[in-house]
Amino acid sequence: MTQLNTFRAGPDETGHFGIYGGQFVAETLMPLILELNEAYESSKKDPEFAAQLSGLLKHFVGRESPLYFAERLTEHYGGAKIYLKREDLNHTGAHKINNCMGQILLAMRMGKKRIIAETGAGQHGVATATVAARFGLKCAIYMGETDIERQKPNVFRMKLLGAEVIPVTSGSRTLKDALNEALRDWVTNVADTFYIIGTVAGPHPYPELVRDFQNVIGEETRRQMMAQEGRLPDTLLACIGGGSNAMGLFHPFLDDDSVEMIGVEAAGHGIETGQHAASLNGGTPGILHGNRTYLLQDEDGQITEAHSISAGLDYPGIGPEHAWLNDIGRVKYVNATDSEALEAFQLCCKLEGIIPALESAHALAHLETLAPSLPKDHLIVINLSGRGDKDIFTVADALGVEL
Amino acid sequence: MSETRIDRRFAALKAEGRAAFVTYVMAGDPNYDASLEVVKGLPAAGADIIEVGLPFTDPMADGPAIQQAGLRALAAGATLRSTLKLISDFRKTDDDTPIVLMGYYNPIYAYGVDSFLEDALKAGVDGLIVVDLPSEEDEELCIPALKAGLNFIRLATPTTDDHRLPTVLANSSGFLYYVSIAGTTGAAAPKPSDVAVALERIRKTAKLPIAVGFGIRTGAQAAEIARIADGAVVGTALVEQIALGTDDQDAVKRLLALATEISDGIKSVRKN
Ligand SMILES: Cc1ncc(COP(=O)(O)O)c(C=O)c1O
Repeated sequence: MTQLNTFRAGPDETGHFGIYGGQFVAETLMPLILELNEAYESSKKDPEFAAQLSGLLKHFVGRESPLYFAERLTEHYGGAKIYLKREDLNHTGAHKINNCMGQILLAMRMGKKRIIAETGAGQHGVATATVAARFGLKCAIYMGETDIERQKPNVFRMKLLGAEVIPVTSGSRTLKDALNEALRDWVTNVADTFYIIGTVAGPHPYPELVRDFQNVIGEETRRQMMAQEGRLPDTLLACIGGGSNAMGLFHPFLDDDSVEMIGVEAAGHGIETGQHAASLNGGTPGILHGNRTYLLQDEDGQITEAHSISAGLDYPGIGPEHAWLNDIGRVKYVNATDSEALEAFQLCCKLEGIIPALESAHALAHLETLAPSLPKDHLIVINLSGRGDKDIFTVADALGVEL
Repeated sequence: MSETRIDRRFAALKAEGRAAFVTYVMAGDPNYDASLEVVKGLPAAGADIIEVGLPFTDPMADGPAIQQAGLRALAAGATLRSTLKLISDFRKTDDDTPIVLMGYYNPIYAYGVDSFLEDALKAGVDGLIVVDLPSEEDEELCIPALKAGLNFIRLATPTTDDHRLPTVLANSSGFLYYVSIAGTTGAAAPKPSDVAVALERIRKTAKLPIAVGFGIRTGAQAAEIARIADGAVVGTALVEQIALGTDDQDAVKRLLALATEISDGIKSVRKN
């Protein structure tokens, strides 16, 4: 953060974005985290690493993903011109694989033989199991029991891909507890295990490296928008769980003053009910899972349970770089409730022929507020972070439909 | 820095020629009153140092037994404030036994570091172990705590190699807590001969007394550790007694009985 004329220089050498971030982990993990940092720094200087990664992103993941003009959504709202960044078309159906591919190459560079990960919606778990299968590494995925129940198709996918899915029964049995359990596994198996964290959170260098692997989303968007419209977009919109799909879209544009950015947190039943997952809008700074950031917590510093219809957003924290971008005001953070997301989910299905992930539907939901009043030449890009096939049971249930 | 009860206790035990029995129990588990009875009973059961666990919803370095203990305490209404009250209640009748507060950083951060240090000193806390504050985060709490006159006790683990060890020791005081295996609390104990090798390596750099923990469940195991270390730490085995108790009284009795058995094991080992 020494260069004042850029928002893109973070984190500093100690892993901080302003006061956020850091390395709040047990001593057992410290040597490994320092080693990971070194391995990551050296990979950045290695042109072969970059070439291998971009080859895999092209031929295995199927990048680049389209930047698609959503004509009928645009018509529907009658205002700004709406584009969808189609991360749902990636192999495995979400942006998560961009990061997994980068991290597994790093794991192999460090000589690790076993991969672990946490998952909420199962998208990160599936992406991790996929890259582990592709490279022949052993893989264990921690998943809360509640999430196993609401994301059954993804659980079976992971198993087909050869991963062991370990149900987590502690705490709220969702993403936060899966993260705790993955950290416990890591502490126990430090020597041979690599932890692929699924979002821009955790101890330094994870928030930085996950962001860097997701930046491909924003970099492509910039090129594609220049090609299609001859200029930069005006507004970027993305949902926020831990914040990786949003960060990947936003970061390459942070220094473009004309580009407005909006992150959409999950408001669950509504912020005022206390049952939500909006850590910026409804939380306070604290320390969890290796970093300082905004958290849902009580006045004693005990972490409270998040709620969202979307398993991938059901997390009481947010990546530290978002916490910083929030405080300095560069990015605006709003929220959408379960029912607003469900509405937007159905609208996108019917108008665009695209079933979006419930997570991404939170970003779509904000169009209702944003798009109608904007001029027709205003360019909005929404990160359609994943496809919604995994969510059809949850949606059917919420709509009272028996399958 | 001025001497704490911890420094004095280790000096006295050294003169006596035996190792310290370091006990860990969770504050407020199963409830405030029973927990106070446990803490008050521990010195008579042979505890030389009491680590008081600060309950936290997300104890990422703890195994199931201590996770459950924390959740029981939270369900019974424990907070950082009530934990400090427990310690000051204990101090009303014991001004001698060192108390180490052990936990995770977030409840302390939420309380506010300055008010926490002030209130912890007032309550009679002697040292802190904060699991998720490695040396890299010393500015947060370690340095202010040392300035305030508290010991800041650090964990060393099998991953703490010779390169890492000086960093771990730099701002630590009181004693060094050697966690004998890479894992969460409650994991199985390693062979004492492996621990002895590790301690020999660490002693080349560390001048502090070294207490060894993780996986000690019986008097016999504790005696083996007492032979090679300056202290043996027992937590999970004690905390499990609370879950096994048929009621509060039974839980307290079981815990103190096990403590007495382990203490006897440690005291059977004479070193000079
Ligand atoms: C499709 C999709 N979008 C978004 C998220 C939320 O994660 P993040 O905020 O890190 O992008 C998830 C998480 O599972 C997801 O599956």
